[in-house]
Amino acid sequence: MAQNNKLLRIEDLVLHFNTSQGPVQAVDGVNFELDSNRAVVILGESGCGKSSLAKAILRLLPRNAGTYSGHIYLQGQDIMSFAEEEFRQNVRWGSISLVPQAAMNALNPVIRVGEQVAEPAIVHLGVDKTGAISMVKKMFQHVGVPEDFISRYPFELSGGMRQRVVIAMALVTSPVLIILDEPTSALDVLTQANIFNVLKRLKHELGISFILITHDIATSSELADDVAVMYAGQIVEVSDAYRFFDKPLHPYSQKLLASVPRLHSDKEPEFITGRPPSLINLPKGCRFADRCPARFEKCVEDPPVIEKEGRNVKCWLYS
Amino acid sequence: MISSVSQVKDTEKEESKRKILLSIEDLRVWFELKRFGFSHAGYVKAVDGVTFDVHDSETIAVVGESGCGKSSLMKTILGLYKPTEGKVVFDDKDLSELDTKGMHWYHSNVGYVQQDPYGALPPFMNVQKILEEPLIVGGIKDKEERIQRVHTAMDEVKLTPVDDFLQKYPHMLSGGQQQRVVIARAMIMGPKFLVADEPVSMLDASVRVEILKLLRGLQEMHNLSVIYITHDLSTVSYFSERIFVMYAGNLIEKAKVRQVLDNPLHPYTVALLTGTSEPDAKNAETLKELPPGEPPSLVNPPTGCRFHPRCSKAIQGLCEVKFPPEFEPEPGHFVSCWLYQ
Amino acid sequence: MTVLKNSIRDLLRYPSAILGSVIILFLLGVTVYALVTIPYSEAIRLWRGGEDVWYQNPKYAAPAWFNLFSTTKKPVSFAVNTSDGSMLKTITPSSDPNISTVDITYTFDYAYDSVPQELIIYFTSQYKEKLSFVSVSWITPDGRTIRIADLAANSKLTLRFSQDQKLQKRLKTEDVMEAIFADPNSVTQAPLKGRYQLVIAGTTFEKDATIDAEFVLHGELFGTAGTDKYRRDLLLPLLYGTPIALAFGLLAALGTSLLTMVIAAAGTWYGGWLDELIQRITEVNLVLPFLAILIMVGTFYSRSIWLMLGVTILLSIFSGSIKTYRSIFMQSKESSYIEAARAYGASNSRIIFSYLIPRMIPLLIPALVSSVPGFVFLEASLAVLGLGDPVLPTWGKVINDAFADGALYQGRYYWVLEPAILLMITGFGFAMLGFALDRVFNPRLRDI
Repeated sequence: MAQNNKLLRIEDLVLHFNTSQGPVQAVDGVNFELDSNRAVVILGESGCGKSSLAKAILRLLPRNAGTYSGHIYLQGQDIMSFAEEEFRQNVRWGSISLVPQAAMNALNPVIRVGEQVAEPAIVHLGVDKTGAISMVKKMFQHVGVPEDFISRYPFELSGGMRQRVVIAMALVTSPVLIILDEPTSALDVLTQANIFNVLKRLKHELGISFILITHDIATSSELADDVAVMYAGQIVEVSDAYRFFDKPLHPYSQKLLASVPRLHSDKEPEFITGRPPSLINLPKGCRFADRCPARFEKCVEDPPVIEKEGRNVKCWLYS
Repeated sequence: MISSVSQVKDTEKEESKRKILLSIEDLRVWFELKRFGFSHAGYVKAVDGVTFDVHDSETIAVVGESGCGKSSLMKTILGLYKPTEGKVVFDDKDLSELDTKGMHWYHSNVGYVQQDPYGALPPFMNVQKILEEPLIVGGIKDKEERIQRVHTAMDEVKLTPVDDFLQKYPHMLSGGQQQRVVIARAMIMGPKFLVADEPVSMLDASVRVEILKLLRGLQEMHNLSVIYITHDLSTVSYFSERIFVMYAGNLIEKAKVRQVLDNPLHPYTVALLTGTSEPDAKNAETLKELPPGEPPSLVNPPTGCRFHPRCSKAIQGLCEVKFPPEFEPEPGHFVSCWLYQ
Repeated sequence: MTVLKNSIRDLLRYPSAILGSVIILFLLGVTVYALVTIPYSEAIRLWRGGEDVWYQNPKYAAPAWFNLFSTTKKPVSFAVNTSDGSMLKTITPSSDPNISTVDITYTFDYAYDSVPQELIIYFTSQYKEKLSFVSVSWITPDGRTIRIADLAANSKLTLRFSQDQKLQKRLKTEDVMEAIFADPNSVTQAPLKGRYQLVIAGTTFEKDATIDAEFVLHGELFGTAGTDKYRRDLLLPLLYGTPIALAFGLLAALGTSLLTMVIAAAGTWYGGWLDELIQRITEVNLVLPFLAILIMVGTFYSRSIWLMLGVTILLSIFSGSIKTYRSIFMQSKESSYIEAARAYGASNSRIIFSYLIPRMIPLLIPALVSSVPGFVFLEASLAVLGLGDPVLPTWGKVINDAFADGALYQGRYYWVLEPAILLMITGFGFAMLGFALDRVFNPRLRDI
């Protein structure tokens, strides 16, 4: 794959937080790549570090951030080496936008929706108010929000509408990549489906790439071109969506898929015994070993990432 | 021990012989809206004509999106709201005719499992206190007996070793463990039925299955009836026998699970099924066909069939005028839609 | 409860909490000391006793330690008497069995830069018919002897040096103190420093007659806290006022906070007319002039501190905090666990007391602590306005007396400052602790 096709390449990304109980190794050596106009889903349960991954990519570090290292190549440039001001102007919201978790509840309740969506345009692109409003109107068209909603307040909108507004906010600066953190977990079925329709159209019409962070395996398949499974701070499998949903490689991925209840199948969903490890006291060796049905002696060592037919899996079973 | 849904289906035939435990008759629950606290400004018609029966040992799912009135329905069943019209009849007793003692008896027969496991547990009480509360309220004065029942309940929800957990406070437990405490609390008075409001939607994917399995096991062990309220259709086939689909205060489709999943009749049900995703990579290539708009306000619902403004199959001159009655296109499968007259 | 232990640990991380706690502990220490060393009846006696209790003290004396801070040393008061042996008394019988000589001397060093206010000798003598006779002399450091007085001593005789007219004539000046302390060789008015001696030569004319004397020097300074216009030792109201101030403040704060919370909880939970009623009462109460009502009660009924406390609490429970608690209760009311409690049939009172209120206690504690200074100041304000408890020695009463006497205009700052500083320290201590508590408990508000 040619280098210029790669929109994003993450190499050995590490982000640890300092807490009174010790360092939380939320992101512990993450590697994956994303091509242009594709969507990758970071699949993982709560506590695996996926939200921290989003923050790590956008350098939204909390005050207790500890180790922060690695490389993030955006269109060939290592944005980790950017100075803070440069990062803020060019990368954050300029090239990469974020729709954080529960963003629809984080809209400012006393400012009209149109103004809130216009703000990134005004701040980042230096557009004046009128220009910004016309951009807002265009974005609203893309996400399917009626134009007259520009003058409404957040409380006047339903949950689904608010989420579309937040997506419009992420879009307004024409980023090449949007990171979405659990965009639909609080929404109803039909609203959720509508949002994914919006995202699919955006991908198709505007050529935007997405990183979708979620624990919902079923809905992740609505947008995924590629899937990266995260467990205990590490990526344990990267695969294209087709082969992933058909035959996942890593035992954890397999168990995840088996735990999804199906509409049209009589097979009992399974659950995974035990709990994910705490990110402070990580076990040595393979972090999934104590819950893995296929565990064997080699697993006391940390497995390497093995490439198998264009898919990556971090498991001794494939060495 | 019943281990798959198919075996449950074999016992369908015995259904008609099963006693009706709970009967909801034309239930309406309206909330008055007051302007400035004084003048009348209309009603929120949260539940507007709901009728159904729940049999012994039966699990039914009430499916609907937010704003359809399922929470109000559930709370009325729990005895927290009073019906504006219609009846809730439990074990042949009309709830509105029960006195305080009667309500106490009713409350000890219904268990409530809530959606948010952390919010459902008082943060300043430890597990033991939390579980003792319903017993104390239910009049069990003997401390020994209460401890005994707490231990039994904890065993049943598999929070073992019990003594380890009894002293913990809710924030020390994981989401799954918290939900187990909620279930233990719901079960502790030995109820005849449970009302479970989205019991797993706030839990992680792999934990959901565990909790649903637990609920199913408890249901079988104690012959409980369960009213399982959810918006996630994919769990319904795992954990229910019949589904009721609710929209804007009415039940628009009632049938056995398999009937609804294989042959959804009401356009709204069809939409719900379309909207529910299964893990399939092909999903990313297609847009879903969904009804436009949003669920209506319960203060001024649309005239006639409440779904008609969003329905692609609406019959002009009929659907927007008259409210559709229930039709039974196939045995046991009821639908409120003019398409099936 | 582990919650409590954790909270205390968090709290101690704040310097303001430590400072506040130290101050409060100090005040508590003073309270204990005051209550232990001065029983209630004794305190009242000392405060309201009258001249015979206070006679030993000078009027308007500043605290003795003032001398540490000034270059000119002012004389410190003292009192000595023959009964406890602080003054030497020797009885010498003579050949006549009825007549004896009683010699009383007192020697002391005087190193101050100004003369005392007054010297007084109180004679008590016992006899049946014949009066005893005393002759008082004064020996200066440079050896001069000044005859002070020759008197017949009846059972109670008081000799005030400055007011004795014969002495004034003898010394040819009205300013007796000046005269007996002055240095004859110096031009300035500074007293001669050195060893002075008071000599009392007494004669008794009966066999069992006795003479006892008490010699009091009224300097310009006295004791730890000085004295007021009535010669009362100010240390008493300062010490004894501490438990009173703390008790009033804490009881009022506690009573008000708890009752307010229960009322707010009940109103919010039951809703309907009860809630409306409570809100309306609160709104009316907010407009009522609090202090004016207290003044009326004090003027027309009684100024007893317990009555004041009761009325204060009564008027304070329907305060604005009801609205704050109500809004938080309304939020809590919707919590899932309250819903669950209703679902398993918990009664209303159980929900209020076992579920809503325990949730509020972390909020209550900082509010309670922070409200104590307000009440302490209230009690002092009432006293300053003349409505203080008529019997008890309180800080406010001291300030009241000082203002009534125009202390500030006369430069007697200590009289006002001492109680004022104590009031300030109390307020400061509780406020500091309250702030820190607020910061510790506030994050928990997010969990509601």
